Amino acid sequence: MSDRIFGVIGLLLAGFYAWQATLIQESFIQDPVGPKAFPFIIAVVLAASGIVFVLKPDPAPDWPAVGRIFEIAVTVAVMIAYALALPEAGFVVSTAVAAAFLSWRLGAKPARALAAGIAISVGIYVIFHLVLGLSLAEGPWGF
Amino acid sequence: MDVLSSLGDGFAVAFTLQNLMLALVGCFLGTVMGALPGLGPSNGVAILIPLAFTLGLPATPALILLTSVYYGAMYGGRISSILLNIPGDEPALMTTLDGYPMAKQGMAGEALALSGIASFVGAFFATWGLVFLAPQLVKVALLFGPAEYFALFTLAFATLGGIASRNQAKAAFAAALGLGIATVGVDGQTGVPRFSFGEVHLYDGIDFLVAIVGLFALSEVFVFLENHRGAAEAEKDQVKIGRVTPPLSMLKKTAGAMSRSTVIGFIAGVLPGAGASLGSFLSYSIEKRVSDRDGTFGKGDPRGVAAPEAGNNAAAGGALVPMLALGVPGSGTTAVLLAMLLALNITPGPLLFQQNPDVVWGLIAALFIGNVMLLLMNIPLVSIFVRVLLIPPKYLMPAVAMISFVGIYGISGSTFDLMVMVGFGVIGWVLRKLDVPLVPVILGVLLGDQMEKNLRRAMTISDGDWSALFASPLAIGLWAFAFVGFVAPILFGRYFRVKRRDEEHVGD
Repeated sequence: MSDRIFGVIGLLLAGFYAWQATLIQESFIQDPVGPKAFPFIIAVVLAASGIVFVLKPDPAPDWPAVGRIFEIAVTVAVMIAYALALPEAGFVVSTAVAAAFLSWRLGAKPARALAAGIAISVGIYVIFHLVLGLSLAEGPWGF
Repeated sequence: MDVLSSLGDGFAVAFTLQNLMLALVGCFLGTVMGALPGLGPSNGVAILIPLAFTLGLPATPALILLTSVYYGAMYGGRISSILLNIPGDEPALMTTLDGYPMAKQGMAGEALALSGIASFVGAFFATWGLVFLAPQLVKVALLFGPAEYFALFTLAFATLGGIASRNQAKAAFAAALGLGIATVGVDGQTGVPRFSFGEVHLYDGIDFLVAIVGLFALSEVFVFLENHRGAAEAEKDQVKIGRVTPPLSMLKKTAGAMSRSTVIGFIAGVLPGAGASLGSFLSYSIEKRVSDRDGTFGKGDPRGVAAPEAGNNAAAGGALVPMLALGVPGSGTTAVLLAMLLALNITPGPLLFQQNPDVVWGLIAALFIGNVMLLLMNIPLVSIFVRVLLIPPKYLMPAVAMISFVGIYGISGSTFDLMVMVGFGVIGWVLRKLDVPLVPVILGVLLGDQMEKNLRRAMTISDGDWSALFASPLAIGLWAFAFVGFVAPILFGRYFRVKRRDEEHVGD
């Protein structure tokens, strides 16, 4: 069943992609093929393989339970928040928080996860910023 | 000889203090990355490439660092195969079959040392193969026009997806997805934006490093999150290492296995798409057929350790031949290496050998040096790497994730890129669940631009006549290979996979 759904998504994706390709503006510089032809070829391959998934699906994979999927979703949210926080809060603080969260969700006890988060963050800061001179995001405190 | 003098110049490039240090660091990091279960050579190289860029290394040192990581990872995969019965990466899978039984019989040290030597033999002779074969292939490549290149790229997709995946439609889907991602951004020929939805960040297209790190490294983090959380840490038996020098008799006994497997592995590596996994699989199965007279394979036969290790490392060297000479990678990890070359503004292919011989030969010389370093590191110092295996994933994976972020942020300084990377991580996780191979996606992202450029060039030359794609005998030959490469696994795939599953279960 997963493959059938995936196939339909693939078909929708192919359709969307082909539709977007028709919207590409033509330019006054032009070759015989133009900027649309290659995307159309890709759309055809996408659609064709999507049809195969619908007609000949593989056995469905073991999807994790809803709780686990929710957990992955929360982790994605934390990673996005981390990306947004980097320029604001600086590398060391944001990384410590994000790494501690990940470590906790991967099974470390809260206190140890916090310690791991700080250790990872400071470790990366020392090696990459202090030793190798890489510029990491600076927060209001300069680190 | 011409080739040898070029190689000599290469050694002159590689033998500077900085380059030697980089090779040493690369070999060490590579072995660690390869040894850690879950982080194979592709992931290892994917995480370290952005870092090499942010450090602002020039082309040759960056190449030396990363190819050392590549060879190192091929060495490292065997360590967890032998000690934990968990292959560090896919090519090391076959090593578990006899390696782990050897370790259980108290011969872990011998197995590690023997596999290290086998890895050296495979990689060493494969690098010589590369020295002699790549320039020959370059001569052929000089005959290629745009139509032939387009056919060659198609061939790469057909075989890489075909052999690596269990389902041809999924391989095709993955390739199309990657090519589609590559079309995002301003069209190189006409300057019109495509698929950018008015988002200024997308005008430059999607950086393939962002895609690679997301697809490989972050999706691995999600897989760990799915499987390992809460699960009681697997009791890692502290296997006694024992002596790390294999007795001479064992080397004598395995010499035949090593040399046969080196040849098989090298050929498997050169063939587009096959790569190291097939190299180790073929080496093991053929060796078993040739020399397993009393049924000791699967029960800790040293030849069953030497064969796949020589095979997979020889394949790693072989896969560099089409990558350097044609710009078409022969395996997943060489696809990642190709990304690195492109990011360094070096386009592999025949022109590279003519215009930047110092880069090519410096790189090849570095492979020789790295190999010797790896041998020295992997025999006496193997206990250091063993200790790394004891870091639990709950501390390791967060560090991997954070280093991935550092690498990408260091290149672009852009929050937008980080979010795109997270998006790729999620896509990678879903694709892995659905058994859609990731390598064709990466290959599509990498080669899409060149593939389209060659198509349009061919069409410009022929004034829009599509039959020009099939005009030369060379092009027809490439199309035929591509067709066979795509169709053959559909016809014979079932037989091959059933056999492979049988082999895998021998060790259970």
